[in-house]
Amino acid sequence: MKKALLLRFEADAGVMKLPPFEYACPTTISEAVALLASHDGEAKPLAGGQSLVPMLAFRVASPALLVDLRKLLELRQIKIADNGVTLGAMVRWRDILDDTRLRTAHPLLVAAVEHIGHYQIRNCGTVGGSVAHADPAAEMPGIVVTCEATIAVSGKAGERVIKSSDFFRGPLTTALTPDEIITEIRLPPWPAKRRFGFQEFARRRGDFAMAGAALFYDEDGQKRACNAHVGVIGVSDRPLRLVAVEQVLNGNKIDLALIAKAEATASAAVNPPNDIHAGGAYRKALVGVMVERALKSATTQRN
Amino acid sequence: MPVRFEVNGKPVGVEVEPRLTLADCLRHRLRLTGTHVGCEHGVCGACTVLVDGAAVRSCLMLAVQAEDKKVVTVEGLSLEDRLTPLQASFRRHHALQCGFCTPGMITTAHALLSEEPDCDADRVREVLSGNLCRCTGYISIVEAVLDARAAYKRSEERA
Repeated sequence: MKKALLLRFEADAGVMKLPPFEYACPTTISEAVALLASHDGEAKPLAGGQSLVPMLAFRVASPALLVDLRKLLELRQIKIADNGVTLGAMVRWRDILDDTRLRTAHPLLVAAVEHIGHYQIRNCGTVGGSVAHADPAAEMPGIVVTCEATIAVSGKAGERVIKSSDFFRGPLTTALTPDEIITEIRLPPWPAKRRFGFQEFARRRGDFAMAGAALFYDEDGQKRACNAHVGVIGVSDRPLRLVAVEQVLNGNKIDLALIAKAEATASAAVNPPNDIHAGGAYRKALVGVMVERALKSATTQRN
Repeated sequence: MPVRFEVNGKPVGVEVEPRLTLADCLRHRLRLTGTHVGCEHGVCGACTVLVDGAAVRSCLMLAVQAEDKKVVTVEGLSLEDRLTPLQASFRRHHALQCGFCTPGMITTAHALLSEEPDCDADRVREVLSGNLCRCTGYISIVEAVLDARAAYKRSEERA
């Protein structure tokens, strides 16, 4: 009995649950890119770790090298200018919620971030990490697609800027090559009187959404919607723009009849699969309800 | 690889494999077993510690990432001779039964009350949504946190 106890103690002292990997913590972007490029696709950047470390714990991912980006301080900036809001890849959710300028500079972003994960996760998780992870139900990829943000990346071939419509390729799959890291997410300018809504539904607070909708539109002199952008999450293999719903909204006053039409159009536009969290038919109905609620909150917001 | 950081006000140096999580480093290397490990993938909140004042899940942080940081565990939020106001409030409200989730509840509540001593019940519930408790039904925990606000407000006035 004594021996068994002792053995267990020794095993605990060497406890290692994640798969083995090498670790590097570069201080410049070029050094980070060189490290990623040197490992032939077997290296992964580590940002906030709120998605990657669970994947390591489940051993779904087992990279040979983790390149920790925490010392790249230039990736932690939030810039607000005439050309829009630029978020450094290592900006945390918490930084977005703490930056009071963003409540007017990009209220849709703030509304979405409030739904992300939990308190502790928002203290660590980053915008670049979420976008690179590309979970089909995640909020930030949904905002990127809805707002037509661009994604600035740095790789061994230099820098390039990727359009949101080209970036997400499938579940956890993006246009990034293995040697590239995201440096910035660039959101186009946000006019002061723009109307917007963000809604998602999850069984428990902080869980991934079973379906969600992010949308905005501007209004012309006759209070008709124009420039409508509607995006949905959790109903496909990637975040989607629903152009059919945007066409329903553009040129029209947003009243209850039009909202009902937008809801039906949103449901008809998606074809979600069944999974253990919800059936496809349920998600199809739910995404319509999310669009309906987001539109109702947009119409009632004070401008 | 070697890593140096501060735990509960004291500098520590440990030799770790990069894959060792901060939670396991605290428990198995530093023998600070107050930090509990539940789900080990960032859902249950039992392993919550403070890193530079912010509540984080120590199962999702590598020990090597704690380099040069100030880590506070539940041990660092207790006194030798008496209960802290937050602990006393948990006791008064019966805010624990089996106690497994309690270290995470205490660290999370401490972070919240230190930053927002005026938070309301909705905010407490929202913040504690990242901490699972399978015994209490949460009502007593929320009440305990709300009741402890006064102590944090007083310490803010002193500061």
